[in-house]
Amino acid sequence: MADNLSIQGHATVSDSPSPAEMVKPPALALGPLGWVRANLFNNWFNSILTILILWLAYKVIPPLLDWLVFNSVLPGEGVTNQTCRASGGACWAFIHEKYRLILFGLYPYEEQWRPILVVLLIIGLLGLSCNRNFWRPWLLGVWAAGGIVVATLMWGGILGLPFVPNTLWGGLPLTLILSVVGLVVAFPLSIMLALGRRSDLPIVKSLCVTYIELIRGVPLITVLFMASVMFPLFLPTGVTIDKLLRAQIGLILFASAYLAEVIRGGLQAIPKGQYEAADSLGLSYWQKTGKIILPQALSITIPPLVNTFIGFFKDTSLVIIIGLFDLMSASKAALTDPAWRGFYKESYMFVAFIYFIFCFFMSKYSQWLEVQLHRGHKR
Amino acid sequence: MSDTNRTVAPRPGDEVAIELSDVHKWYGEFHVLKGINLSVARGERIVICGPSGSGKSTLIRCINRLEEHQRGKIVVDGVELTNNLKNIDAVRRDVGMVFQHFNLFPHLTVLENCTLAPIWVRKMPKAQAEEIAMKYLKRVRIPDQANKYPGQLSGGQQQRVAIARSLCMSPKVMLFDEPTSALDPEMIKEVLDVMIGLANEGMTMICVTHEMGFARTVANRVIFMDRGEIVEQNEPLEFFNNPQSERTKLFLSQILAH
Ligand SMILES: Nc1ncnc2c1ncn2[C@@H]1O[C@H](COP(=O)(O)OP(=O)(O)O)[C@@H](O)[C@H]1O
Ligand SMILES: [Mg+2]
Repeated sequence: MADNLSIQGHATVSDSPSPAEMVKPPALALGPLGWVRANLFNNWFNSILTILILWLAYKVIPPLLDWLVFNSVLPGEGVTNQTCRASGGACWAFIHEKYRLILFGLYPYEEQWRPILVVLLIIGLLGLSCNRNFWRPWLLGVWAAGGIVVATLMWGGILGLPFVPNTLWGGLPLTLILSVVGLVVAFPLSIMLALGRRSDLPIVKSLCVTYIELIRGVPLITVLFMASVMFPLFLPTGVTIDKLLRAQIGLILFASAYLAEVIRGGLQAIPKGQYEAADSLGLSYWQKTGKIILPQALSITIPPLVNTFIGFFKDTSLVIIIGLFDLMSASKAALTDPAWRGFYKESYMFVAFIYFIFCFFMSKYSQWLEVQLHRGHKR
Repeated sequence: MSDTNRTVAPRPGDEVAIELSDVHKWYGEFHVLKGINLSVARGERIVICGPSGSGKSTLIRCINRLEEHQRGKIVVDGVELTNNLKNIDAVRRDVGMVFQHFNLFPHLTVLENCTLAPIWVRKMPKAQAEEIAMKYLKRVRIPDQANKYPGQLSGGQQQRVAIARSLCMSPKVMLFDEPTSALDPEMIKEVLDVMIGLANEGMTMICVTHEMGFARTVANRVIFMDRGEIVEQNEPLEFFNNPQSERTKLFLSQILAH
């Protein structure tokens, strides 16, 4: 009974809604023409801009499409460099002819399944590490195991795999190894440098400041040259470190100095109260740093960190100057074939596309992670 | 326990919880604490008041070594505060602190805020730490917020979490530095109620506050500080009704006027 009554009562009320509840924002029914007028031609300045841009697009896009698509030469039966030279469009047949050299450098042709596996493995490890639920100590173990598998595949010499000296490594796997190893080693190092720079211990502090300022003050090319030319001077005679390792060390030194400054920026943004709360609870320096300060500092520095990662990934292409065959240098090597000389546009576009894919995913992932880490605890 | 009429506060015993003798501190040239002598008995509740900048925060922050004193002696629960890190850690484990701006850890949930120190400092198993945390979150009447982040709570709720977080370490002494002065008026009471509850259970407390109602009902002793000195101290009734020094009278007239 009572239920019935209340339902009826409710219905009566909602039958006659008050006018105030009915007010809705006026619908913005513009239509396509209206939209164009409102957004592209709403004043004389915008109108001129719109016309200018349309004219530019008309000038640029059709020839570009002609080159990229309509006049381009795709690989196929009987397609040779002559076909390409005759067409005037992009020669994708060249990429088809040379992609193994560009992607894998001088690595022995019939063994190239190994670097393919390495690339897939590294991408897999990176993908796995993107998931926040896997940020557990065992992930380090997975990475260590992955590192051993990568080394075994690349070098071989055991398990019936023919030995391939690292002077023959090249292309995408080399770029990935230099970047990933570089960042994996440089990142913890940079955290230590950033903490050291803020330390109360004068010796630790001045060491870190000197290191960061010295390395940041010189171009990467110089660091790489020094690593490759000057490093051996400091070693006792007879001891040599191979070129790849020297380049890797140079890259790590460089990346760690840059990352350290990014992280220091994050550390400075943490309010004093966080340190005091951690101190007053009796947490030790490392507990405070590891549980309270760093998680917050790193999460606010994700955008500049990823920016540095992306820059570093591309900067590895500078190892060309000390004679390593990374992705960029391998693409140049592909152009030295007399039959295919001159197709540098296609070659660089191909390499640029590969770099872009990796960088684009890094950027997208960082945006996603930022949202994830800030969900729920916006201040 | 079941006796609801038990309102008599535990009498402060003779046992000394905190002893400060002739404590001095300078910030550069600026003499902030000018020879503080203070002895706090176990179970005693002390309210410190005084004008802004008089050194109240500095004084209680010296008690858990957030600030270092440069002369004199501070002994907390039999442990003297020196540069010895072991002593500092021992004191901090036993002294809880509640800040004006809460200082909760924004990247951790309410529950994680409460269990962090017991797990890492007291080496307590996680399950036990969570059980204790829930007990104290119930005590401060917000167990239902345990899985939220601090940013999702109101100021009053955050301050109660901060109190629970300190209590999870089972401190022997609690320090409060103006715990209600960053709160909107309607939230002050919920925090003061929790503090009154603590006082009734016999917690040794030093509380910097200008909540004179709280001082009247809870404090055993009210201390008035000005320019780095303890100017006057007395039991609340005497302190408010019969202030001795001119500075105290002036301060009280200003604070009670508004
Ligand atoms: N870290 C510091 N460095 C220099 N001066 C400080 C510092 N902290 C506090 N002071 C000064 O010391 C005096 C006492 O500060 P404080 O103890 O915070 O006073 P209260 O809590 O009574 O308002 C103030 O004049 C303040 O400006
Ligand atoms: Mg203060």
